[in-house]
Amino acid sequence: MTQLALVIDLNVCVGCHACVTSCKQWNTSGAAGSLMDDNPYDKDPTGTFFNRVQTYEVGEFPNTETVHFPKSCLHCEDPPCVPVCPTGASYKRKEDGIVLVDYDKCIGCNYCSWACPYGAREIDEKQKVMKKCTLCVDRIYDESLPETERKPACVLACPTSARLFGDVHDPESEVSRAICESGGYPLMPEWGTQPANHYLPRRKTTIKLHEDELTRADNPLKKDGRLPRTDPDAPFLEDSVSW
Amino acid sequence: MHPAFSVIFLTTLIGAGQGLFLALVTAEAFSHMGALALQEHNFYSNGSLLSLGLLIAGLVASFFHLGHPERAWRSAAMWRTSWLSREVIALPAFMSVVFIYGLLHYLEWNPKIFGTAALPETDLTLMVGIIGIVLCFTLFICTGMIYACLKFLQEWHTPLTPINYTLLGMSSGFTLATAFATQYSLEMTGLFGTWAIILTLAALLTRTASLLRNKRIKHRSSLRTAIGVRHNNIQQKSQGSMGGSFNTREYFHGMSAAFLKSVKWIFLLLAFPLPLLLLGMGLSNDVTVLLVLAFIVQYVGLIAERWFFFAQANHPQNLYYQTI
Repeated sequence: MTQLALVIDLNVCVGCHACVTSCKQWNTSGAAGSLMDDNPYDKDPTGTFFNRVQTYEVGEFPNTETVHFPKSCLHCEDPPCVPVCPTGASYKRKEDGIVLVDYDKCIGCNYCSWACPYGAREIDEKQKVMKKCTLCVDRIYDESLPETERKPACVLACPTSARLFGDVHDPESEVSRAICESGGYPLMPEWGTQPANHYLPRRKTTIKLHEDELTRADNPLKKDGRLPRTDPDAPFLEDSVSW
Repeated sequence: MHPAFSVIFLTTLIGAGQGLFLALVTAEAFSHMGALALQEHNFYSNGSLLSLGLLIAGLVASFFHLGHPERAWRSAAMWRTSWLSREVIALPAFMSVVFIYGLLHYLEWNPKIFGTAALPETDLTLMVGIIGIVLCFTLFICTGMIYACLKFLQEWHTPLTPINYTLLGMSSGFTLATAFATQYSLEMTGLFGTWAIILTLAALLTRTASLLRNKRIKHRSSLRTAIGVRHNNIQQKSQGSMGGSFNTREYFHGMSAAFLKSVKWIFLLLAFPLPLLLLGMGLSNDVTVLLVLAFIVQYVGLIAERWFFFAQANHPQNLYYQTI
């Protein structure tokens, strides 16, 4: 069974918000209608975004690291937002596991957003329906786009390739291998929602250096230098084999 | 969570309406068992009208929290999984039974039914009333479970939530019934008043229990599980946006901690001891105004209680929105 999802690599995310802006642009200009964008250039701007990037500082100064954290709907395998929707507008597709909202059925009661522990669902205050990341379902199946562009807008926009897209149930896919090899983890596993999106942790690449590797074992002259040349006219071994 | 007044009014109004209906059917049942004198039909029909009025007012209030109220009819669709769907079915069903009950009494059409060995003879209105009681408790449970079924809103996820909804609705309904019955019979006033006092005391116990429980909750989610970084010292530096968003408005009550605490004491005072005092004084001295005041004070207290119930819940998504 296919379960499409994103894998976000926190090791390389630089917090540039390219995924945020490309997602907002795609979902504003696409067939699903615009996303609310209130007071964009004034004081107190607000709006509906499917994907947001937060920033955290880990550790105590001066031993700190900045972690940029993009978060969108995690397309849970056991989504808590689906059974609570009274109209059935919130549903999980069987063919690819994407959780979607039917904007024609949604009554905007906010119950699904209460049910999501990650805060992935937002109401569009202009259209008055609940909206969330669609995993660019209108891009990934669009035959008019070239094959390489049939990916979510955020994945294409990321300059550091921090976002990967694929089928997490397929062990050979890029995302499954990334999760397996780099220790990918889901968020808030204690609630049993089994999110399909995974995050790859911060990793440092280190090698172990041994003391005796730093000095040459066979160094009779105890210095790093060229070995002494013998008399240039005297025969040496290489004469017999060189031509 | 951000308390929505439309939902606060919905739950308090229908709670009072449900409690009032329970009081009426209790009175009719007691009358049939011979414990009390049978009242005239307009006692029950006017009571049902008052109850129905409260239920309709609650239903109208609830439409204000929907983005698309014209599609509200769709919300009965997912009754297999959603408690909100079940409530949307139970509420009109209950309202219809209240209407039928009131209508039967108004038309004074009350034939005897059954009368077999298995089913003793009874009045049609009492039968309708019993069906109403079943639907009433179903509605209380559905309303409470809407909040209690969300397992990571730990403050709500307890059987005490639907129990509190039931007991608070019943106590406000019986207090209203006490004030209502003063127009008809002293006996009924005494019956309803006694039950109102008992129910208010029971509600005080269970609501205090849930307050104590909520004080001792250990939240299972932390910033560590929320972002998956295993370090003891994590601080949010940015939400990624400078303005507010749905996530900063919908999940937080927007008031200071001191305000929250004061609302707790206000509702503890207005919903329990004050109405008990007013009921006691009103019943012993037979003063109608005091009984009406008891209902009003208790209702205001319940609005504060419902506000506090919503405001106290801590949604795990708030972990992602600690600083601008």
